[in-house]
Amino acid sequence: MALTDAFSRSGGLRLRQRLQHGDLIFWLVALFFALLVVALLAIIVAVTWDGSDEARDTFGIIGFITSTEWNPVAGEFGAAPAIYGTVVSSMIALALAAPPAIMIGVFLSDLCPDRLRAPLSLMVELLAAIPSVVYGMWGVFVLIPFYRTFIASPLSETVGEYIPLFAGPVAVGRGLLVAGMILAIMILPTIAAVSRDVLTVVPTHQKEAMLALGATRWEVIRHAQLPYARAGIVGGMMLGLGRALGETMAALMVIGNMPRIEASLFQPATTAAAQIASQLPTTESDLHASSLILMALVLFLITLVANSIARLLVWNVSRQSGGR
Amino acid sequence: MQPARTMRRYRSRTIINRFMLVLTVGSTGVALIPLVLILAYVFQQGIGAWDVQFFTDSFRPVTLGEGEVQTGGVLHAIVGTVIIVGVALLMAMPIGIMAGIYLAEYPGNRAATIIRFCTDVLTAMPSIVVGVTAYILIVQRTQQFSALAGSVALVVLMVPIITRTTEEMLRLVPDSSREAAVALGAPKWWTTLTVVIPMAFSGIVTGILLALARAAGETAPLLVTVLGNNNLAYSIFEPMQALPLLAYRYTEQPFAEMNEQAWGAALLLVLIVLVTNISVRLATRKRLAR
Repeated sequence: MALTDAFSRSGGLRLRQRLQHGDLIFWLVALFFALLVVALLAIIVAVTWDGSDEARDTFGIIGFITSTEWNPVAGEFGAAPAIYGTVVSSMIALALAAPPAIMIGVFLSDLCPDRLRAPLSLMVELLAAIPSVVYGMWGVFVLIPFYRTFIASPLSETVGEYIPLFAGPVAVGRGLLVAGMILAIMILPTIAAVSRDVLTVVPTHQKEAMLALGATRWEVIRHAQLPYARAGIVGGMMLGLGRALGETMAALMVIGNMPRIEASLFQPATTAAAQIASQLPTTESDLHASSLILMALVLFLITLVANSIARLLVWNVSRQSGGR
Repeated sequence: MQPARTMRRYRSRTIINRFMLVLTVGSTGVALIPLVLILAYVFQQGIGAWDVQFFTDSFRPVTLGEGEVQTGGVLHAIVGTVIIVGVALLMAMPIGIMAGIYLAEYPGNRAATIIRFCTDVLTAMPSIVVGVTAYILIVQRTQQFSALAGSVALVVLMVPIITRTTEEMLRLVPDSSREAAVALGAPKWWTTLTVVIPMAFSGIVTGILLALARAAGETAPLLVTVLGNNNLAYSIFEPMQALPLLAYRYTEQPFAEMNEQAWGAALLLVLIVLVTNISVRLATRKRLAR
């Protein structure tokens, strides 16, 4: 309807030409806003680079990420404990979340009865959307008491005597391992959703060929589907890893916020994001603020690498399957 | 001899098959348990905090000792979240929608590739890094924590979601509709505004709703920009309270009443996310079926 209006109103050739000029203007307006998106990213990089000037001059980037001393009052700032906590808690999360998440992907793409598939998929996606502060609260009120009595205390009193990785004392129960557990619950839906997607696009003829050779259902999954979707599943794991690395609230609430590197997984530690969030509002000095900003920049680079690898892997799989 | 061995191997393969399938179904169930537990727990704890005062009153100091405990409510946080997210939405909408239009209607050049790459990077960026940027740009310059700084941080988180959804929804509009409009003599911009966008309108609204739901639950960037405020505040140049901030701060408090209110706020956030996502899902399914 609007079309015929436009047509009757446009009338002669001169009017149409003027509307063609409108094309140019519209293109420029759209391009302007689209370039604003690029500008946002450029501003973030430039501002954090500029803001971390003082810390870079004082410690140097290498010195900053290798120094283990973090003492705002004495003016000593080293990011190694925070980076260690970030990487280790995320790795624990990935190790705990990946196997069940891939199983969920297999279940949703192959074994699930049709009637259950839609609601279960919806549930998995909804869980990925729940605010992280809610996961953090559940960690504080439910998981930590459970973890302290049934996991941390028994382990530290038995194996912990011989293996420093599980050494006590457990105290309040906040620490690296429990942070990794909360992060695992948070990234599980992400990995499961990606695994389901890449397993669903495995061509049917691959499965049928295996079935024709007399393979059992599990053998089809194990030898035809999982190898075909491997790169995509690894991509999903890297996406989950990226999410765990950058997660602030859940880690902040359960990790204990101590900038130390300890052998035991039961001891309080910190992550880069948690350290920034807890200290930036009340900095001791300009150098303190500048060091936290530099830490944000380092964190951004780490997640950028993890996510770039993830994108490449997932993208390769979807290209193989004919761009579907 | 030969058939017997094949039979034996077949038997063991069947057993492995059955075992692995049961394991898959079982581990799916086990993995979903904590997730279901979390939701159930939030509902159970949160409902207890909800009464009339919870929605109509703002913070009251916990009174120790004799007499009735006045618990107050979270009105100041609800108002704060609405203002912070609303201001952010006003800034994010034009950028996100226009960028989405550009990507869908003028694809295939180098600018589009760069822009798409940047939206990907922004989507995956840790929200605390965005918060740090807003802190440097606004809080450090003005020497004042403010709701505006929080809004600016949320814009960065909302724009890529709106851009991506708008682009995908515009791509669903069949090219034949565009060609019909152009064949009638409409210039491209007119086609876009009067044919393509109305057809994809509900999809664009979907993107905006998803961005809203994401922004409403974000805590980390607000922590370093908006800071939090126990009083009802309306000025965007002052610190404000927000629902996720309140949930975090009240969790850290030793008072049971405040912990309960934290759960009430968490339930409100979870409901916002669930209602938005489910209604979006129902709306898109209806459109795809049509």
